[in-house]
Amino acid sequence: MPTLDRNLLHRFGLFLVILVVGFALSLTTDTFLSIANLTNVARQVSINGILAVGVTFVILTAGVDLSLGSVVALSGVACAMFAHPGDHTVLVPISVGVLTGAACGALNGVLVTRGGVAPFIVTLGMMTVARGLALILSGGRPVADMSPQLTQLAGDVLGIPIPMLCFAAVALLAWLFLRHFRLGRHIYAVGGNEAAARAAGISVERVKLFAYTVCGLLTGLAGVVLAARITTGQPNAGQAYELDAIAAVVIGGTSLAGGIGTITGTLLGVLLIGVINNGLDLMGISSYYQAVIKGFIIVGAVWLDRRQARS
Amino acid sequence: MLAALELRKDFGGITVLHPTSVEFRPGEVHALMGENGAGKSSLLKLCAGLYRPDGGHISWRGQRVAFASPYDALRAGIAMIHQELMPIPDLTVAENITLGIEPVGRFGRINCAAQAQRATQLLQELSADISPSRSMRTLTVAQTQVVEIAKALGRQADVVLMDEPTAALSEPEVAALFQAIARLKARGVTVVYTTHKMDEVFRVADRISVLRDGRLVGTASANELTPPQLIARMVGRELADIFPVRQVAGPEIVLAVEGLTREPAYRDISFTIRRGEVVALAGLMGAGRTEVASALYGLQPARTGSIRVKGALCSIACPQDALRAGIGMVTEDRKGLGLVPALGVDANLTLSALQRFCQGPVINHAQEADCVQTQLTEFGIKANSPRQPIGQLSGGNQQKVLLARCLLNDPDLIILDEPTRGIDIGAKAEIYALIHGLARAGKAILLISSELPEVLALAHRIVVLRRGTIAATLDAAEASQAIVLRHAMPL
Repeated sequence: MPTLDRNLLHRFGLFLVILVVGFALSLTTDTFLSIANLTNVARQVSINGILAVGVTFVILTAGVDLSLGSVVALSGVACAMFAHPGDHTVLVPISVGVLTGAACGALNGVLVTRGGVAPFIVTLGMMTVARGLALILSGGRPVADMSPQLTQLAGDVLGIPIPMLCFAAVALLAWLFLRHFRLGRHIYAVGGNEAAARAAGISVERVKLFAYTVCGLLTGLAGVVLAARITTGQPNAGQAYELDAIAAVVIGGTSLAGGIGTITGTLLGVLLIGVINNGLDLMGISSYYQAVIKGFIIVGAVWLDRRQARS
Repeated sequence: MLAALELRKDFGGITVLHPTSVEFRPGEVHALMGENGAGKSSLLKLCAGLYRPDGGHISWRGQRVAFASPYDALRAGIAMIHQELMPIPDLTVAENITLGIEPVGRFGRINCAAQAQRATQLLQELSADISPSRSMRTLTVAQTQVVEIAKALGRQADVVLMDEPTAALSEPEVAALFQAIARLKARGVTVVYTTHKMDEVFRVADRISVLRDGRLVGTASANELTPPQLIARMVGRELADIFPVRQVAGPEIVLAVEGLTREPAYRDISFTIRRGEVVALAGLMGAGRTEVASALYGLQPARTGSIRVKGALCSIACPQDALRAGIGMVTEDRKGLGLVPALGVDANLTLSALQRFCQGPVINHAQEADCVQTQLTEFGIKANSPRQPIGQLSGGNQQKVLLARCLLNDPDLIILDEPTRGIDIGAKAEIYALIHGLARAGKAILLISSELPEVLALAHRIVVLRRGTIAATLDAAEASQAIVLRHAMPL
C-alpha cells in the first residue's frame, strides 16, 4: 500500500512534466501531435512498458533484474523457431516465448531465494547466459520466415496497435494485483522489511520467487511482441532494454530499496521516456546526443523527485 | 556549562518544544523526565546539533553557539548516546567504538592494535564481556547498546547526552553504566540522562527537569522529589497504581516445553504455562531469554527438545508454523522484526492475519478497513488516518499496533518480548491492563522484561535463566528483586 499523499503529489508532478514536454514538442515540431505519431509513440513504448511493469514487481521486493534485454532476445528466438508458416497454430509460438521468459525468471528467483545469491549477481549471470543461449539456438543468425498469423500481432485492431493493447492489459492486471491481492500486499511487505514480513508469517521465498517469475513471464511476452514487430527472432535484439525499463520504474517513484512504488508511477515513467525518445527523434537529434540527453533527464528527474520528497 | 535559552523546535507547524530554558552544570547528572512526546529527545538533539532550533539558542561555556551538525557539537565537546541505536553492522565492535576517532599511524594507516586496545578498555569500564573483534551484526540489542555507550564515553566529551541508554539493559549492565557515570562526574563531566525507569532516576540523578507536552514543568534537586511526586509532574495527575491485580490461572496447560536446546545459547529448557497464566522469563542480558522466545516462535528454531501446544506436539521451523500452532509474538526489536515502515498503520496491523479479509486471493478492502477501525479504537491507537505510514507514529502507538497484529490471529500463547521498552508511563499502564485482560480471557502469556518491578507485578511465575539454563522457577508472589537477581547472577 503506497503512502497516499506523497505518491499523489509525485504522480501529479510527473504528469505535469510529461504535459510540459509534450507541449514543448508540439510547438517545436509539427508532427508530434499527429495521430500517426502518437500511435507510433504508443507502439514504441509498449515493449518497454511491459518490461517495466514486470520489473516493478521485482524492484518492489528490493531486488533487481538485469537480464531483461537478453531474455527478450532468447524468448523472441524461441518463439520464432516455432512460428514458421504451417508448423503450429499461433498459440504454440506465443506460449513457447512467454514460457521461456517465465522459466528464466523462475530460475532467477530460485537462485535468489534458495541460493541466497544477490539479485544483482544472479540476473547479471542470467543476462549473459540468456544471450548466449539465444545465439546458440539461432546459430547466431536471425530466425526468419515467421507465419503472418504471428507477425500480425504487431498490427492494429480498430486503429489501435495490438502491442499497446497488450501493454494496457498487463498494466491493468498488475495494478489490480498489487492493490487487491494478498500476494500483492505481501510483495510490499517483503520489500519494506523482509525480516518483519517473515516474522509476520509471510513466506518470503515464495513471494520473491513469484515476483521474479512474473517479471520473466512478462519479459517473455515482450520478446514475442518484439519478434512479431521485427518479423524475426533476433539473437542480438533487446540490448540494454533493462536500463530503460529500470529507469522508467525509478522515475515513476519506485524505491530501489523496495517496498515503495506503484504501477501508475511506472506507467508515467514509461510515458516520459517514450515521449522523450520520440521527441529527440522528431527534432532530428543524432542518436549519440540522444543517449547523453536521456541520461541527464533520467538522473535529473529522480534527483528532483528526491529533493521534493525531502522537503 | 551548557544551557538551552528559550530553545524552540517545530515540526511541520507543530511545536514539539515550546521555548524552554534549562541549565546543565559541570559535573552534574541531570535527568530529563517526561512521557513520550514530551520533548526530551528533541531537546537533547538540539543540544547535540542534530536539529537546528526554530527559536532561542544554545549557550556553551558562556558563548552563544549554533551547531550545524553533530560533528560540530562533538568537536565542541558534546557527545550523545541515541535512543535509536545506530550501529554500522558490518564493522567490528572496535571499529564502531572508534568510528571517526581511529588511532592512525603513518600515512593515515589505522593502528589496529591501538584501536582494539582502546575498545577493550572502554568496554571493561562498562564491565562488558564483548570481544572488540566481533562484527556488530552478531550482537544482541543489549550488547549493541553497551557498545554505543562505550562509543560515546570514548569521545572524551565534556557533556554526554544519554537518551534512554538503559532501555535494553538488564541490572548488572545498568550498574556498570552508573559506575561509569560516577567516574565521568568525578572528572567534572556533565551527564544529561533520560529514562522511563523510575528507580534509575533516583539512583543516578543530581537534579531532575520534568517536561510535559513540550514545556518545562520545572527543575528540582533529586532529593527534594519522591517517585509519586515525579510521576504526578510528568503526567499531570497521580497514577494510583499502574499495575492491575493478578488473576488466578486456570488448570489447563497451554504450553509445555521440554528439553529445548540450542547450544551455546541455551540448553535443557523445560517449563509450562497454563490458561490465564503469565510466566516471565527473567535473566541477565545474554542469559538466553530472547533466544528461547525466538525458538518458540520459529525465528531461530531449537536443535532438540519438544514444544507442545494444548497437548499437541508442534514442529516449529518458521513463524508460519508457530502462528498455525496458535503462538503469537510481539518482538523486542520493533524496527527490525516488527514494523514495515513504508506501509500504513492498516496494512501493518493486518499483516499476519490478512487471509481473514480475503475471498480466495483477493483482499476485501471494506472488511479490512472495518476491522482496522475497530482495532484502532479498541487499543486506543492514535493515528491521523489508518493509512498513515506507521513509521510516523510514536513508540507507544507502534507497539499497540504490533500487539493488535499479534492478537488478530487469536493465539493461545502470546510471547511478549520487552513489551514496554522505550514507551512512556501512560502507554505502559495501558499495556499492563491489556496483558491483564488477555490473561483473564484465558490466554497463556510468556513475558520477557528487563524491568524487574514489571515482572514481579505481572507474572504468576518467574523462570530465571542463567547462562542458557534454568536457574530457578519462582512463585512471583514470594519473589523479590533481590531473590530474582541472586538466581540470575553467575555464581
